[in-house]
Amino acid sequence: MISIYITSFIVGGLICVIGQLLMDVAKLTPAHTLCSLVVAGSILDGFGLYEPLIDFAGAGATIPITSFGNALTHGALAEAEKHGLIGVVTGMFEVTSSGISAAIIFGLIGALLFTSKGNV
Amino acid sequence: MKNGVLTFSSMPSLYSTGVTAGPLEKKKSVFAEQFDKAYEDERCDLSTNEHGHKQLMYDAVMIALSKEKKTIDKIDFFLTGDLVNQMTPSNFTAHELGIPYIGMFAACATSVSSMITAALLADAEQARWLIAGSSSQHNAIERQFRYPLAYGSQKGATAQWTVTAAGAVLIGQHKEGNPSICCATVGKVVDMGMTDPLNMGAAMAPAAMETLSCHLKGHKKTIDDYDTIITGDLGSNGFKIFKALANENGLSHTKNFRDAGEEFYGNDPSFNAGASGSGCSAAVFLSDVYNKLQKREYKRVLLIATGALLSPLTYQQGDSIPCIAHAIEVTMDGVSVY
Amino acid sequence: MEQEKYAHLEKELSPKTPILKNVIKAFLVGGSICLTGQCIALFYITYFDFTERTASNPTVATMIFISMLLTGFGLYKKISQFGGAGASVPITGFGNAVVSSAIEHKSEGYVLGVGGNMFKLAGSVILFGVFSAFIVALIKTILVKFGVVSW
Repeated sequence: MISIYITSFIVGGLICVIGQLLMDVAKLTPAHTLCSLVVAGSILDGFGLYEPLIDFAGAGATIPITSFGNALTHGALAEAEKHGLIGVVTGMFEVTSSGISAAIIFGLIGALLFTSKGNV
Repeated sequence: MKNGVLTFSSMPSLYSTGVTAGPLEKKKSVFAEQFDKAYEDERCDLSTNEHGHKQLMYDAVMIALSKEKKTIDKIDFFLTGDLVNQMTPSNFTAHELGIPYIGMFAACATSVSSMITAALLADAEQARWLIAGSSSQHNAIERQFRYPLAYGSQKGATAQWTVTAAGAVLIGQHKEGNPSICCATVGKVVDMGMTDPLNMGAAMAPAAMETLSCHLKGHKKTIDDYDTIITGDLGSNGFKIFKALANENGLSHTKNFRDAGEEFYGNDPSFNAGASGSGCSAAVFLSDVYNKLQKREYKRVLLIATGALLSPLTYQQGDSIPCIAHAIEVTMDGVSVY
Repeated sequence: MEQEKYAHLEKELSPKTPILKNVIKAFLVGGSICLTGQCIALFYITYFDFTERTASNPTVATMIFISMLLTGFGLYKKISQFGGAGASVPITGFGNAVVSSAIEHKSEGYVLGVGGNMFKLAGSVILFGVFSAFIVALIKTILVKFGVVSW
């Protein structure tokens, strides 16, 4: 039970380090960096490698944006296994709806509650 | 060939200035004591950032006019600009003032380009009184050119902070004892292939060097003829590069060089490379430099405002950043050339 | 001066990116955010009817809620200035992108402003996430159909 806290910290930190290197060394913008990581998560799940990472690192693998790519692919594959090729399109958002829904709902709530400020 | 070089034989004079600033500038700027008015609210208690931006410029103009007890109907032309799309804050200010309006866009070099055009109109005896200036508002410009204010992006050491400030100056026919405009140089667009919008200083430094060289050559002057040569907003990084370029171009020293952007917030590291924005040069030139001229601490100065002529679209389309710098020479001596 | 010579001069004089310092800060901030997520997941497992697998759904929603508060109070950008990718890579960074755009464009109204601009920054992540999932799943499904790999 204790070790999941250590592995989540380390794996999560390392994924962020990859992102930082993409920004500082490869000089990618934040948007390009995040897109690269999402695609990487998707490809890793294609090879069946992301789920074992989640088992090992828990939130260290589910919190970074790579898990978004993984979840989309996972949903698509799960549905394709059941219903064939059409499942690739229908299954994607089944597992990821919490992230997108939360972002939209809290985005609007945030706009209702807050005003932007130019503090340094 | 004129090469952008202008001489004003009648030497139009500066009569008064108005400088307004936002709450952050009031708290953190080293020039805060010299600003005429600073607001507690960054929107000047109005509903949007753009409306607040307009209010900054409007108040700067009214302050400049009140210092000389001039009414709006006496002013022949209003020349100003800002960085917002289609310069709407300046347009709305012009509407409220009701003065014949020439909108001027030179990005952060607008403070000087508007003064040059005003001097031309005065020198050609087409106007008795003119108001020139420029302004910027941090929130409005940040959201347009970069990211929403609450967005977390890691800014490097070369990034600059757009100021919330406006500067307006009342220009008229020559008056003995007033700071007066003797000559100017209109810059050319210079693009050295810099592409990083978070390192504007490096993009603008070559333009400043180009204009300074043209000015010194065209008016047969040297850097020692000036008490200070002050650039608008190169920032600490751009200013370092500008001084290196000056050495490369055979200028003997850079002891009297200043940069408004580098000095604006003092040495506060939260502002990275310093201040920028069309309000930066206007606020510093029309408060600190103007005051020093009046007190005769400076007798002859060269103001070089620099601007980066890019848009968010050009960056996305992979273009480099074209820049421009305009120079204007202001003196307390009654003569244009010696 | 030619562009090449100037580029050389500029590179020499401009401050270098402190890569090692940034990487360490990103590791610490990113790790802390993920650790926070792990604690929240534990909370859901212990007090609600979630397993280690299914807890990630409410955990992500909770993290985005926290990100909304931090964004609204102007704190997320301070965390991000310090942590860099450590703040933008976790799902909280996605939340920050959406919420900050929504808050910023309130002045243009809720339909055109908030609705029209909310995904200005986060949209590319969704686009590439969905499209890469589509391609990867398509390829794998076809390969399975031809018996090259198994599910």
